[in-house]
Amino acid sequence: MLLAIKVILIIILTPLAGGLLAGFDRIISARLQGRKGPPLLQPFYDVLKLLQKETIEVNASHRFYVYVSLLFIVFTAIVMLLGGDILLTIFVLTLGSIFFVFGGYASQSPYSVIGAERELLQMMAYEPMVFMTAAGLYYVTNTFFIKDIISRDIPAIVYLPAIFLGFVYILTFKLRKSPFDLSVGHHAHQELVQGISTEYSGRALAAIEVTHWYESIIAMAFVYIFFAANSVISHVVALIVCLVVYLFEIIVDNSTVRVKWQMALTSAWVVSGVLGILNLAVLFFFEF
Amino acid sequence: MNFNKKSPWILHYDGSSCNGCDIGVLACLTPLYDVERFGVINTGNPRHADILLLTGSLNAQNIPVVQQIYDQMPEPKVVAAIGICATSGGIFAECYNVVGGVDKVLPVDVYVPGCAARPQAIIDGVVKALSILDEKQNALKGR
Amino acid sequence: MSLITVLILFPLAASIMVYLVRRENIRNTIVRVGAVITAGLTLVTAIAYFNDGFQLSAQGTEFIDICMMVVEVCLAVYIIVTGIKEKKYLLSLFSVAQIILILWFEFTQKEGIEVETGIILDKLSSVMILIIGVIGSLICIYAVGYMKSYHVHHTEVKERKSFFFAVLFLFLAAMFGLVLSNNLMWIYFCWEITTFCSYLLIGYTKAEEARNNSLLALTINVGGGLAFACAIVMIGMNFRTLELSNFIAMQPEALVLVPVLLLCLAALTKSAQLPFSAWLLGAMVAPTPSSALLHSATMVKAGVYLIIRLAPLLGETVVGRIITLVGAVTFLACSLIAISQRDAKKVLAYSTIANLGLIVICASVGTQESIWAAILLVIFHAVSKSLLFLSVGSIENQIGSRNVEKMDILMNVSRKLAVCMIIGISGMFLAPFGMLISKWVAMKSFIDSRNMIIVVILSYGSAATLFYWGKWIGKLVSNGQPKVDEPHGGLYKDEKVPIFIHAVIVLLSCLAYPIISKYAIVPYLESTFGISASTPIGTGDQILMVLMVVMICLLILVPLGYIPLNIRPKRRITPIYMAGENAGDNENFIAATGIKRKSEMSNWYMEGIFGNKNLMLLSNIISIVLLCIGVLLLIGRWA
Repeated sequence: MLLAIKVILIIILTPLAGGLLAGFDRIISARLQGRKGPPLLQPFYDVLKLLQKETIEVNASHRFYVYVSLLFIVFTAIVMLLGGDILLTIFVLTLGSIFFVFGGYASQSPYSVIGAERELLQMMAYEPMVFMTAAGLYYVTNTFFIKDIISRDIPAIVYLPAIFLGFVYILTFKLRKSPFDLSVGHHAHQELVQGISTEYSGRALAAIEVTHWYESIIAMAFVYIFFAANSVISHVVALIVCLVVYLFEIIVDNSTVRVKWQMALTSAWVVSGVLGILNLAVLFFFEF
Repeated sequence: MNFNKKSPWILHYDGSSCNGCDIGVLACLTPLYDVERFGVINTGNPRHADILLLTGSLNAQNIPVVQQIYDQMPEPKVVAAIGICATSGGIFAECYNVVGGVDKVLPVDVYVPGCAARPQAIIDGVVKALSILDEKQNALKGR
Repeated sequence: MSLITVLILFPLAASIMVYLVRRENIRNTIVRVGAVITAGLTLVTAIAYFNDGFQLSAQGTEFIDICMMVVEVCLAVYIIVTGIKEKKYLLSLFSVAQIILILWFEFTQKEGIEVETGIILDKLSSVMILIIGVIGSLICIYAVGYMKSYHVHHTEVKERKSFFFAVLFLFLAAMFGLVLSNNLMWIYFCWEITTFCSYLLIGYTKAEEARNNSLLALTINVGGGLAFACAIVMIGMNFRTLELSNFIAMQPEALVLVPVLLLCLAALTKSAQLPFSAWLLGAMVAPTPSSALLHSATMVKAGVYLIIRLAPLLGETVVGRIITLVGAVTFLACSLIAISQRDAKKVLAYSTIANLGLIVICASVGTQESIWAAILLVIFHAVSKSLLFLSVGSIENQIGSRNVEKMDILMNVSRKLAVCMIIGISGMFLAPFGMLISKWVAMKSFIDSRNMIIVVILSYGSAATLFYWGKWIGKLVSNGQPKVDEPHGGLYKDEKVPIFIHAVIVLLSCLAYPIISKYAIVPYLESTFGISASTPIGTGDQILMVLMVVMICLLILVPLGYIPLNIRPKRRITPIYMAGENAGDNENFIAATGIKRKSEMSNWYMEGIFGNKNLMLLSNIISIVLLCIGVLLLIGRWA
C-alpha cells in the first residue's frame, strides 16, 4: 500500500518538478539573452495546449513508439526514485531513449530520420560514461542499490570526482543542451527542423515534452546520488548541487554553439575515457 | 479551459516578400519586443504550429507549398496575412506571376497591414488571431 | 546401448540416410523427422540425467579409438592433398605436423594411460546439448525450406542438398560428442570433425570466393587443432592422464599452464577471436542455415565451451589475464567495426565475434559470477543469434538483398518476419532480454575481480553495440513502401515454423533465466568450485522480476503498434513534412524546375572512423602482441 502511494506520488510529482525546472530554464535563458522570458508555468501551458490539439498521423505506427518511450521513462523514474538498482535504471532509461529514436525512424521524414541517427549517435557518445558512473559507484559502495549508495557515511563524490566531472559533461547530451543538441531542439534549427519530433503533433508531442521532463529529473537524480550520504546536510547539499549543475548547463547552453557530430562523439568518448580511467585507476591503485 | 492563448506557437512562411515583413516578424522575438513573454515560440514546423504567419504575395510556384503546409498543421489553426503584399498582393499585385493575397488560397483570419508591417502591429495581429483560435477550439469541442 | 550413445549415433545415422536418399520429398521428410527426433532425444537425455549427471566408464574403447584413428588419418591425408593441390602449403604443413604428432603419441607414449571415464554429462554439458539439440534441429528443419528458395534464386550453384543436409547432421553428432566427452582424444577428434564440416559447408557453392574462404577457415582451424594436439601430448606425457576432468582439477602451476595456453589458443581459433577471426567473416558466403548453425549458434561455442571448462585454471594466472585481454580487444574492435557494415550477415558475423569475445572475457576472468555470466551468454547468444540468422536468410529470399538499407520495406513485405527480426535484435541488446542481464552480471563480476580496464572496454563496446543494433531496428520500423513491380519470394512453412519457435524461445528465455540459473548453473558452479554459489543478481528480488515481466509484456506490445490505438474515428493522415515540397507519395519532393527527386535516407556507417581496414589491422596487431607477451611470460615463469 505504502509502495503504491509512493509510486503514484513519483508518477505525479516528477513531471511537475521537471516542468518547473524547464520553466526555470526558459526564464534564465531569456535573462541571459537580455529578455524577460515566459512565465514559470509556461511549459505546463504548452503541454496542456498540445493535449487539446488535433493529433495528426503520418502513418499508423509512428505515434506508438513515443508512448512506449514515455512508459519506460516513467518506469525508470519509479525504479530510480524508489532507490532501486542503478544498472536496471540505466538499462530501462536506454530502452526509453531508444524507443524515442524508433519513433523518429518510423515517421520516415527526412528530418526525423536525421534526428534519429543523431540521437542514436549521441546515445553511443554518452553511454560509456553512464556505465562507468555505475561501475564507479559500485566500486566505491559495493552495491548497485541507490538507496544503499546514498545512505553511507561518506558521499561518493569524495572518491569519484573525475567521474562526476565526466558525468556532467555528458549531462549536456541528456538534457539536450547546446553544444550537444544535435537531434531535437526547441530552438529553431533550420537544417533539421525539430529533429525526431518533427512529425509529432498534439498529444504525441505533449508525451514527448513530458518524457523530457521525466528525463531531466532522472538526470538530476544521478547528480544527486553523487552527493547524498546518510546525513541531512548532505541531502541539502546534493539538492543545491543539482540546481547549480543545472544552472551551469543553462549557461553552457546559451554560450556555446552546436558542434558537429564528429566533435560530439570524439570529445565525449575522450573525456569519458580519460576521466573514467583516471578515476578508476586511482581508486584501484590506492585500494579504496 | 483553453490554453491556446497562453501558448501560441508560430510558423512563419515567406511567400514572395521583399523581406521587410520577415524582419518585422523576427524582430518580435528580439529582447525589445520579446514575445516569448506570452509563450510565443517560432517553431519552423507546421506540425507544432498554431498560427501561420504569411508574408509576401502568393505566386504560381508557392501555392501548392502553402496549401501543403496549411494542411499539415493540426486543428485548430489560424492564418494571419502579414503586410500589404500578403493581404492583397500589394505593389506586386499586377505582376504576371502573382496570384494576389493569401486569401486567394487559404482562409485568412487576420489581416495585418503595413509596408513593412511593424512589430507592434504583428503582435497585435497575433493577439487578435488568438481569440479566433479560441473560438475555433470551442467550435471543435462542440462538434 | 545407453541414451548417450543413441544421442551421438542417431544424427550420424540420419546423416548417412539423408546422403543416400536422392528423392527430394522423401529426403525432406527424413530431415524433418530426424531433426524432431534429435531434439526429442536431447530433451529426454537432458531430463533423464539432469539431476544426477552421468558418467560412462567405458570398457573396450579400443575399437572406438581405432575407428577414430582411421578417420583422422583419412582426414589428414585429404587435407594434406587438398593443401598441396590448392597451393596452400601452410595448411598441409599444419596437418602433417598434427597427424605425425598424434600418431607418434598414440603408438609410443600412450601405453599405460588409462582413461576411466570417457563420457561425462554434467550440468554444463546438459545445457550445451540442449542448445545444440534444440537449436540445431530447428535449423535443420529451416534448411529444408531455405535451400528450396536458395536454389531458385541461385541457379548458378549446383544442387547438392543431400550433401548439405548430411553435413549438418554429421556436425550435430560431432558436436554432441565434443561436449559429452571427457577423453581429450575424443574431444580432439570431434573438434577436427566440426572443423571439417565447417570447411565443407563454406565451400558449398564451389565458387572462387567460397573455395578460398573455406580453405582459409580450414587453415586457421587446423592450426588451432595443432595447438590442441600439442596440448594433448604435453598433458599425456607430463601427467599421464587424458581426462579433461583430471586435468582441470590440477593446480595452476607453470607446467600446467603451458597446455592450458595451447588449449586456449585452439579455443580462440575455433571461436574466431582476434587475430584468428578472418575465417568467420569469410564463412558468411555459406548458405545461411550453416552460418546459423556453425558460425554463430553452436560450433563457435565449442571454443568458449572449452575455455569455460578450463576456467578454474585461468582466473588470476598469466594465461587467464592474457586471454581476458585478447577477448577484450576482440569485443571492442568487432563491436566498433560492426557499425561500418551494411551487409546484414557481416553485421551478424562481427557481432558474433564480439559476443564470443565477451564470453571469452567472462570465462577467463574465472570467478564464479563471471562464469555464471559466461554460460548464460552462451545460451542467450545462441538463441538470439540463430533467430537473427534464420530471419536474415528468409529476408534475403524475400526481398532479394542482404543489405540492411533495403530492409526498410520489410514491414510492408512480411510483417511477421520483421517482428521476429526485431525480437531477435532486441534479444541481443535490450532489457529485459538475457544478453543484457548477463552483461549486467559480467560487469559486476569484473568490478568485483578488480578488472577495471575490462569494465571500461565493456562500456565502450556496449555503447557501440547499441548503435549498430539501434539503427538496424530503425530501418525495420520505418514504413518504406515496396516497389509494386518487384516480385517477392514466398516464405515456406519449413522456414516459418523454426523462426517462430525461435522467437518464442527468445521471449520465454528472459523469463526462464532464474530457472536456468537455479537448476543448472549454480549447481555446476558449486561442483566446480567446491563452495556454495548463488545467483549473482537477486532472484529473490521478486519486485524486479515482476517489473521485468511487465517490461516484456510492453515489448510484446510492439507489434500491436500496427493496430490503431484509438477507438475514435480515424485520425487525419497527412503527407510527411518536406518543407512543403512533398510530392505526395512521401518519397519524392519537388526540386528546382519542378522535377521530382527521391529523398534518400541512409543509416550512418561512419566508415572514416569505424571502417574495418585500419581498425582490424590495429587490433590484430594488438592481439598478436598480447599473445606473444603471454607466451614470453609463460616461458619466463617456466625457466
